[in-house]
Amino acid sequence: MLENFNFRVIWEYMPLYGQCFFATLWLSALSLLGAVLVGILACGMRLSQSRLLSWPAGIYIESIRSTPLLAQLYFFYFGLPSLGIMLPEWVTGVFALTLNSGAYYAEIIRSGIQAIHFGQIEAGISSGLSYFQRMRYIVLPQALGMTVRPMLGQAIVLVKDSSLLSLISIMELTRAGQLLTSERFMPAEGFLTTAAFYLVIYYLLKAFSNWSEKRLIFKEAF
Amino acid sequence: MWSFYFHELMRSLPFFMKGVWMTVAVAGLSLIAGTVVGFICGIIRAGRNKILRAVIGVWVDIVRGTPFLVQIFIIFFILPGAGIELDAFSAAVIALSNLTASFICEIVAGGILSVPKGQREAATASGLSQYHQLRFIVLPQAMRTILPPLVGQYVLSIKDSSVVSAIGVVDITRVGWFTVQRIPEGIMVFGLVGLLYFAICYPLINLSGYLERRMTVMTIRL
Repeated sequence: MLENFNFRVIWEYMPLYGQCFFATLWLSALSLLGAVLVGILACGMRLSQSRLLSWPAGIYIESIRSTPLLAQLYFFYFGLPSLGIMLPEWVTGVFALTLNSGAYYAEIIRSGIQAIHFGQIEAGISSGLSYFQRMRYIVLPQALGMTVRPMLGQAIVLVKDSSLLSLISIMELTRAGQLLTSERFMPAEGFLTTAAFYLVIYYLLKAFSNWSEKRLIFKEAF
Repeated sequence: MWSFYFHELMRSLPFFMKGVWMTVAVAGLSLIAGTVVGFICGIIRAGRNKILRAVIGVWVDIVRGTPFLVQIFIIFFILPGAGIELDAFSAAVIALSNLTASFICEIVAGGILSVPKGQREAATASGLSQYHQLRFIVLPQAMRTILPPLVGQYVLSIKDSSVVSAIGVVDITRVGWFTVQRIPEGIMVFGLVGLLYFAICYPLINLSGYLERRMTVMTIRL
């Protein structure tokens, strides 16, 4: 199978792959940013005293975690138009990815917050810090610092999950492989090149994760 | 209109049940194969043979570093070029088993390495063979660390099984995709799809959480 592996075709398609590589990076980065924000918000709501806040967050987190991303993606892709909301595909894709990863980030941050000794929060209360000050200066810096590694792990998952966006015809790395396959009928060239690009992102994130493990700054505070 | 579509959807329930059965078949077979292969590879990875350890490490990295969708495409489209003809169902089971095995391999290796070294040394001093050490000393203790993430991985694999719909396996997600062409109510159709996955995954997620709490208590008691 690999003896007639055609590097020239891959070279020919390199501009497309380059473009799609950056599309994947861009879509993932946007979703990552959104997911961390959604995660912090959902986690704050989940841990809140008020049931009015914690129940919706709980339902959101549990329902996202118990259903596959592809079903969620189709849910928004086919569902939003039936509600009369017309969005470009990539917005729908980023929206679904953000909501999906947001639920996982909420759980990661929650485990970080719950690992913080309650005495610290009590000390914050007795020092007269408000809820937001306690969150900003005591809880979140430590919680985010302790969870850098699982967060990067989830970022790797997010980049890989972004490949599903190709199924709703968004141009990204997997789509490039599909194009090469359908135009030239060369699946080996197409998908192995795609896989190689994903591996580059994976190894970069993994190296960053290992590096951050050694840095005290990530463990202590921002 | 809405009630008409709802009625239509209820009429296609048997079709959805076929999808559930297909998801259960693909995920079930892959979980069994993945668990067996994963345990064997995990035991080797935690063992002494450096070459085998490195080989398994590279395999795990490649499987973890590339999206499952790309892996399915590689197995479904490229293996036939090497003379291995696969139908969609076997390709799906092979791909999902491979994915599950690589993740379980890391879980098992981590669990085995978490058993204190003294346990093995004591077993050697008592004259137990390698196999008996593993069977009666190391694995039973490692299972405490392995079990919660193992069930968690089962949930992830069941959810990932939705991706096999991309190569035409008629699982729950694919049934939803077919149905939404006929009943243009995305929210309703994929709400049902999500509900079916939820029914399968939610009990397992709770089981994983329960095991985690139970195993932690047991460790403290020791």
